[in-house]
Amino acid sequence: MEHFTPISATLGGLLIGLAAAGLLLFNGRIAGISGILGGLLDLPRGDVSWRGAFIAGLIAGGLLLLWFYPQALALPPDYSFATYAIAGLLVGYGTRLGSGCTSGHGVCGIARLSPRSLAAVATFMVSALVTVFVVRHVL
Amino acid sequence: MKQALAAFFLGLLFALGLGIAGMTQPAKIIAFLDVTGDWDPSLLLVMASATLVYFLSYRWITRRRAPILAEKFALPAAKHIDARLLAGSMLFGIGWGLSGYCPGPALVALSGLAPNTVVFAVSMLAGMLLFKWNDAWLTARRLEKL
Repeated sequence: MEHFTPISATLGGLLIGLAAAGLLLFNGRIAGISGILGGLLDLPRGDVSWRGAFIAGLIAGGLLLLWFYPQALALPPDYSFATYAIAGLLVGYGTRLGSGCTSGHGVCGIARLSPRSLAAVATFMVSALVTVFVVRHVL
Repeated sequence: MKQALAAFFLGLLFALGLGIAGMTQPAKIIAFLDVTGDWDPSLLLVMASATLVYFLSYRWITRRRAPILAEKFALPAAKHIDARLLAGSMLFGIGWGLSGYCPGPALVALSGLAPNTVVFAVSMLAGMLLFKWNDAWLTARRLEKL
């Protein structure tokens, strides 16, 4: 557990929770990133402007981090392009089929005590744990 | 316009939270998921503090008749746990475990312009489009049969 970072983890989580609560308070929306992004692809019937603005905010936040806290954007592990491509397809397709990801089902759904989200989180946690176990300790 | 402005700044705050929490570093996510290896429990604290803040504010916010900038709250209405929910979540978990990226952190990390991050993000968008077309096709076929 030498990489455990309890203070930044708790502080970061606090900001994530506040931002998600803010989106509910101001716009009445659940802060689920896969849903917000996926809704953008439903042009033109989606409500484009706030979705696009939220995604733009995420990217702008990334630029700020690059500037003031570059260790947050340290190089990702050196797996093959094929691994990242397959992972991206699975994450994109899976979050749309399952109606949510770590933010919508994870943070918002669990806090709303939604049985659907609890089932979704249990499912993706188990499949992620099994995947990492197989990749790191079996293959 | 006001809704878009609010969404922009909240997206920015969300991104800073992800960055400070360590969620934008795939190596840290994989270390969290690797419970039999050199386990890093940080992500548990991220989830706990984010969920606790949202849990408390949700109760307070939904007591209002409406959000500040919209006419009503748009909350998920679906209640049943079905095969789509479970199959989709399972596929998502595999991709998350393979790469250490979930959708929000991947978009935030995009600013680093690391080739691996770009490949992941483009593939993720492709996966979402694939779902959209596949879903439209399946729905059309189901309607034909009726």
